Amino acid sequence: MTEAVNVRELRKEFTRKDRKTGRRRVPALDGVSFTIARGECVAILGQNGSGKSTLVRLLSTLLLGDGGTAEVFGHDVFREPRAVQRLVTRVSVDASFFKKMSAAENLGYASRFYGMTHAQTKESIPAILERVGFPADRRGEPMENLSRGMQQKVALARALLTSPVVLLLDEPTTGLDPRSKLEVQQFVREIRARHDATILLCTHDLAEAESLAERVGILDRGRLLALETVPELLARYAAATLEEAFFAATGRGFEDEVDEEDARQREVFA
Amino acid sequence: MRTMAVSLRHELIGLAGVVERNVYLTRRYLVWDLAFFVWTVANTLTIVFIAEGIEATGGEIDVGRVTTQLLIGAVVWAYLGIIFEFITETVAWERWEGTIEYTFMAPLSRAMHLGGSGVFAVLYGLVRAILLFAVVALFFGLSMPEANFLAALVILLVASVAFFGIGMMTAVLPLISPEKGAQLGFVAQGMLLVVSGVYYPVSVLPGWMQWLATISPATYALEGIRAAILDGAPLTALWGDVWPLLLIGAACIPLGLWVFSRGERYAKKHGKLKRSG
Repeated sequence: MTEAVNVRELRKEFTRKDRKTGRRRVPALDGVSFTIARGECVAILGQNGSGKSTLVRLLSTLLLGDGGTAEVFGHDVFREPRAVQRLVTRVSVDASFFKKMSAAENLGYASRFYGMTHAQTKESIPAILERVGFPADRRGEPMENLSRGMQQKVALARALLTSPVVLLLDEPTTGLDPRSKLEVQQFVREIRARHDATILLCTHDLAEAESLAERVGILDRGRLLALETVPELLARYAAATLEEAFFAATGRGFEDEVDEEDARQREVFA
Repeated sequence: MRTMAVSLRHELIGLAGVVERNVYLTRRYLVWDLAFFVWTVANTLTIVFIAEGIEATGGEIDVGRVTTQLLIGAVVWAYLGIIFEFITETVAWERWEGTIEYTFMAPLSRAMHLGGSGVFAVLYGLVRAILLFAVVALFFGLSMPEANFLAALVILLVASVAFFGIGMMTAVLPLISPEKGAQLGFVAQGMLLVVSGVYYPVSVLPGWMQWLATISPATYALEGIRAAILDGAPLTALWGDVWPLLLIGAACIPLGLWVFSRGERYAKKHGKLKRSG
């Protein structure tokens, strides 16, 4: 089986300044190792500050690691960023667009960076927006007029437009209403089916992880405690539900906050 | 060879994409741009009126010539401001909108990414500079029968290469300091012009500032443009200003890219690309 993503002992630390303790290095990721097979969907569960977004940023070439290795289809993420950038795209919790520009203009801008000309995107942008259920009559409206759900659909369209081989989803449905959430999840399934895309999904949503991913990992305070199929996870922790398994693995409930000081130190990694 | 050609084509499409985006954003903020243009005109008038003020207080000067000299200084100041602003905003605006991570993870070289901002800044800056010059010249009824505007334009374009290189160095500042970095671009603009004889001859500066003037591209831009507009100097007579500009430009572009790449590396090491900084 071809390995799409291969992460070995990956470490990332950030320096935090504190009046009491002065400068100190806080590990955001602490020796994380895993692989994702081509076409597989892997979900990583973790609380705020567990290091999920740091992991996605490292694989997106937006951060440099402090140890270990990360490869995407054999390309070293830190040494061959350009090769990795051609393969990877990301959808995060913030849709992030130029608010005064329309959906079509934002997609046009993003696609130029991937070598797509105006002539090439003239038809593909309306087609992709239609596929994600974006109303045709709102293509020219500034993004600031659109709801969060609509903006997230455009974010998915942006990811799909560049034909990604590896899709990094960083809490893509957080803050969406139930209907938009289901639409986004359905679209993720469609991307997998149609494009044979490899997906890393970082989420708080246990049901989402269970329904979309073949394997589910538990990331806690920068350490990957487990990465298995849901039945294997349940068996390993003698749990009836994923939430119970999470509790057994971390010693905390999924919605519980970690202790206040730790949360404050780690919130930047969310 | 073919791979290189395809890769270059992709890069140029990316560069065009940045220009296209800036066109969209400029259109959306057109009313604000008009407001800023009015402010620039007002600011330029406060400087250019100095010539008439000197005469009114008994000074003996060629008012028309000094007015034009000051106007050229103010126009170059405004032009440089636009170049630095657009290139610095390559980072600052994207950070503000939250798009910076998407742009920085795209497979486009930083030279083309920044180059797109530079190309648009030069085009937009030229339009604004020409309009500003025309409006203020009309206001004062300046007559410039000898002026060689084409040569002045060529000098400004050649100088733009060096300005772009320096702009790349200032563009790195919002990467290092998300809160205050963009404002530091204005400091660089002021420092560059103060040593370059923006409203006065370089010869009035202290010795150490005169030395700095010799490595500032703005010095040669101001000298060349003034010679072309005030004395009608042909381009061939301006070679003494053109070759230093070419030389400084050739040094500033790779230096600017290197400085930016170091800043980007720092930002990626310390997690500064993130929207919240």
